[in-house]
Amino acid sequence: MRRTAECPSCGAPVQFAWSAAVQTACPYCHSILVRHDVNLEKVGITADLPPDASPIQLFTEGIFDNRRFTVIGRIRYEWEQGAWNEWHLLFQDQTSGWLSDAQAEYAVSFLVQPPAQLPPPDQLAPGRILQISGAAFYVTHLTRVRYVGFEGELPFTTADRSEFLTADLRTFDARFATIDYSEQPPLLFAGRFAAFDELRLSNLREFEGW
Amino acid sequence: MVTQNRVPAPKPVSCPNCGGRIELRGFAHTRSAVCLQCCTVLDTATPELRILQRFDERLRVRPLIPLGTRGQIQGKKWEVIGFQVRTIQVEGTSYSWHEYLLFNPYAGFRYLTHYDGHWNFVATVRALPEFTSAQGRKAVRFEGRTYRHFQSAQAVTTFVMGEFPWAVRVGEAVKADDYVAPPYVLSAEHDGREINWSQGVYMEGSEVWKAFALPGAPPAAHGVYANQPNPHLERMRRAWRTFTVLGVLWVAALVAHLALSANRELFRGSYRFSASSPGEHSLVTDVFTVPREGNVKIEIRTDLDNNWAYFNMALLAEDGSRGFDFGREISYYHGRDPDGSWSEGSRSDSATLARVPAGRYYLRIEPEMDAQASFGSSAGMNMNYEVIVRHDVPRLWLFFLALPLLLIPPALSSLRALGVESARWSESDYGTIPGYSAD
Repeated sequence: MRRTAECPSCGAPVQFAWSAAVQTACPYCHSILVRHDVNLEKVGITADLPPDASPIQLFTEGIFDNRRFTVIGRIRYEWEQGAWNEWHLLFQDQTSGWLSDAQAEYAVSFLVQPPAQLPPPDQLAPGRILQISGAAFYVTHLTRVRYVGFEGELPFTTADRSEFLTADLRTFDARFATIDYSEQPPLLFAGRFAAFDELRLSNLREFEGW
Repeated sequence: MVTQNRVPAPKPVSCPNCGGRIELRGFAHTRSAVCLQCCTVLDTATPELRILQRFDERLRVRPLIPLGTRGQIQGKKWEVIGFQVRTIQVEGTSYSWHEYLLFNPYAGFRYLTHYDGHWNFVATVRALPEFTSAQGRKAVRFEGRTYRHFQSAQAVTTFVMGEFPWAVRVGEAVKADDYVAPPYVLSAEHDGREINWSQGVYMEGSEVWKAFALPGAPPAAHGVYANQPNPHLERMRRAWRTFTVLGVLWVAALVAHLALSANRELFRGSYRFSASSPGEHSLVTDVFTVPREGNVKIEIRTDLDNNWAYFNMALLAEDGSRGFDFGREISYYHGRDPDGSWSEGSRSDSATLARVPAGRYYLRIEPEMDAQASFGSSAGMNMNYEVIVRHDVPRLWLFFLALPLLLIPPALSSLRALGVESARWSESDYGTIPGYSAD
């Protein structure tokens, strides 16, 4: 059940898979469109995403914890040692989540309510422990993240995301959390690492020779 | 802006240094690639292929599995796209191992390491192992297993070829700690800022050769590798499990044998012997009945005191059809000396006849005593004794003979398992098996 709107720049039909999407791109004129209630506002033009080797693409489908999802958007970020994708997932119950893919290592996370006020990044030396939903999360490193580009539908605008800090946390049982300092108060994402086979992905890209 | 559905194979590039052709296999993951012709590391993230490093050609090593080889491990296809040699120094000696970088566009990167015929299939670990200790040494807990610390060393990259998803450089050093729980090994590499964990699982050379369909035979494995499984450990566990089962059966059989043995008294008689009395010293007992074929135990209890006696005996069928002759010497001495009191021998003894047919029998008993040895005292020449005949008595010696025999397989396999473990740990920083002190 897709909704269609009109691109304010070129008039082309812009489809939304998710009713709560905030930002999308016009597939024809590449305008960055931000939604205000029912109106779409053009805020810029998308930059071409550099070629990457992710097997995932828009409309890839998969299963996480027995829940089906469809990839409806992506943000590409980079840090000093490389780049990775955060694929925006729409689950069948209309909730959304993220599938991160860094050199074909996968992790699924969700925006969660922080248990208490999150400490500022300068108080998060590696090794520090935060209690999040009853488990001990260890800070492993702080990362300076740079926004590269996006495609598809996102739950927020990328306007404030050109460069920001994240704190990465892990547990003893393959769960992880990311504190995203691009907003105030910071956002907390929590989830766990997942093996490629476990996600039962379909509609993947093909690789020549494979 | 639609992503291409099909990712084209990466195109080979030309080395900006020597013009040599460099094949690429890692799609857009590749961050650095090596020109093997001129030993140059190139930054593939830059369009002009900036030179990251040139290294000495004399460092060149030929990998056993050529770049571009594909193989199947754990149900997935992997292509060898990179190769590096890493070296540690232990007590002034260099040890080098080989690391093959494996790639699958869907499942990502793995490593295959090789040292002296021993192989490991390695994946990065993203959960956090938990530091702990075991038997007084450093250890980590991971996925329900305890990994014991094996070795700490500074690992230096001494040769690279192929391509890598990071900016690889010869000379790069990390502090590496290995923790083992055979067949697994957990490695922690500290690059100064963070710890990167990886987990390896041991592979035999033959498995690697089969996985990659390589010609010839793999190099022979020497010694016991840090996380090489110990085949004797499983055999030892099996042998002890078998021993436990047999032990229970042993007890059950013993109880059953005790319960099923009639152990019935057939005859009992008390006699007095006097060596000084003249004439025939033999006597015959009353007739008793052995109800069915079985063993017969004849017990003799005396009141000998610093003396000895010999009993010539025979169990004889009443109808004269058969007889069993036997004899028993009984001696009992005791006393005191500067070391305390002592005693030697026993006042009683018994004889068991194994298979006596059913029938009516009596005993003929002929005691002898040495009058000379009894210091001429009249007490020394007299003896009271009792003879007890029992039928179908439990024979326990078989059981107690069987017990140590049952112990042989678990004891042998334990010794073998211990041998492998001590060979393994002799190569560690500790030199000895955990739980065994070096002193």
